[in-house]
Amino acid sequence: MKHAMMELEISSPVLREFGSEQSLLSKPDGSATFMQGDTSVLAGVYGPAEVKVNKEIYDRATLEVLIQPKAGMPSVRERTREQCVRETCEAALLSTLHPRSSLTLVLQVVHDDGSLLACCLNAACMALMDAGLPMSRLFCGVTCAIDAESRIITDPTAQQEKESRALMSFAIDSKEHNVVMSSTKGSFSVKEMQQCIAVSQKASERIFQFYRDSVKRRYSKIL
Amino acid sequence: MAAGFKTAEPLEFHRSFLKENCRPDGRELGEFRPTTLNTGSISTADGSALVKIGNTTVICGIKAELAMPAADAPDKGYIVPNVDLPPLCSSRFRPGPPGEQAQVASQFIADVIDDSNIIKKEDLCIEKSKLCWVLYCDIMCLDYDGNLLDACIITLLAALKNAQLPKVTINKETDLAEVDMQHKSHLQINKHPVASSFAVFDDEVIIVDPTTEEESLATALITAVTDEDDQLCAFHKPGGSSLSAEKLQDCISRAVTRNREINKLIDKVTESMKSSK
Repeated sequence: MKHAMMELEISSPVLREFGSEQSLLSKPDGSATFMQGDTSVLAGVYGPAEVKVNKEIYDRATLEVLIQPKAGMPSVRERTREQCVRETCEAALLSTLHPRSSLTLVLQVVHDDGSLLACCLNAACMALMDAGLPMSRLFCGVTCAIDAESRIITDPTAQQEKESRALMSFAIDSKEHNVVMSSTKGSFSVKEMQQCIAVSQKASERIFQFYRDSVKRRYSKIL
Repeated sequence: MAAGFKTAEPLEFHRSFLKENCRPDGRELGEFRPTTLNTGSISTADGSALVKIGNTTVICGIKAELAMPAADAPDKGYIVPNVDLPPLCSSRFRPGPPGEQAQVASQFIADVIDDSNIIKKEDLCIEKSKLCWVLYCDIMCLDYDGNLLDACIITLLAALKNAQLPKVTINKETDLAEVDMQHKSHLQINKHPVASSFAVFDDEVIIVDPTTEEESLATALITAVTDEDDQLCAFHKPGGSSLSAEKLQDCISRAVTRNREINKLIDKVTESMKSSK
């Protein structure tokens, strides 16, 4: 019974309109923008290229992620985001196929209107796909906010984030729809987190379908 | 022989232990290393604590200073945490500006302070838009052997419980602050968050309280922070292997029992410090 109710609740999580464009920059080996509502991130991937000796890892590629905020210098908060994006990408990339080489992923925030980390992850995945790097699976980011009345809002705007009691960002993988990354703000109960994971898993299906459609559309033109 | 096996094939070495549901240091998979706590370790600080989890040693000192509240939050004081990983604690850290791990840890501690409401920032205000306390929480690692975040949160909580602030009044005539060093009082601790860290081996085996070696071989790291009401204040998993919701649930359940253990330890140490005086 309880399970059925939860199914009902998460039948169709509302996401803002999202879109993406790939290969829009000429210099990087792969590039993409991802837009979720007014939030927009531009991503560029360089590599596999030569690596600095002190960063060399003998059995796999070194991935470096740089997040550039819209204004000003990257701060400590960007460091935390960079770590989240990097370790999520590392989990998906088959970096052992390019030992002793460097991969650089640059994420430029174009506009932040909430769910920024999720948008960064989506842009990163699209750019890695565009670069043609070998990956074991795809991943996508979903942000959930819990408002004062304990309702779950998926893909919140900056205003909704501000008014929320708790905020959770997850990265979901395309293979088993499990949680790759989790980053939270505010305090919440275990049940609320489990609900948010379920909602994110549901929402991720739409994003993966979008990935599939956009890749299909692109290659059907070329071939 | 065993030492050679460990050096040549560290991952295989750990796997052979995990297969038998134990770990190279004799622990079970869900067992934390012995945790010891000492409070008031630094006599010149307003509050301090030293925590050891196995070999990992972390010390926290709290320095309180008076300042003007920020214009956008006139009734709030500040808590400024900083995590320092000096070259002393491990060969992996170089001298110079803080590295990524130290920055991420500082940000994590700052987020936990905000999210858990460990201290109401309004309590640090002395006079609205005129005077408030700034608590500088400097956390320094003396010996790094994994599980830094758990140790940091325990030492921070213990140091905040240990801290005593003098009474401050504003003289109406001169408009200057008067500090009464004779009357000191403890801070009002609102919530008691405790962190529990987990490492994932080979995408499936979850172990608690990883050492440095286990951390470097693990495919994912997880840190869950819960308070005494079993609310989650943070669930941090920066990436790595993907886990199902059920496995994450197991981690949270373990974190809840760990919270009880640590809060008991902190209470016991605080109690014994009082009686020894």
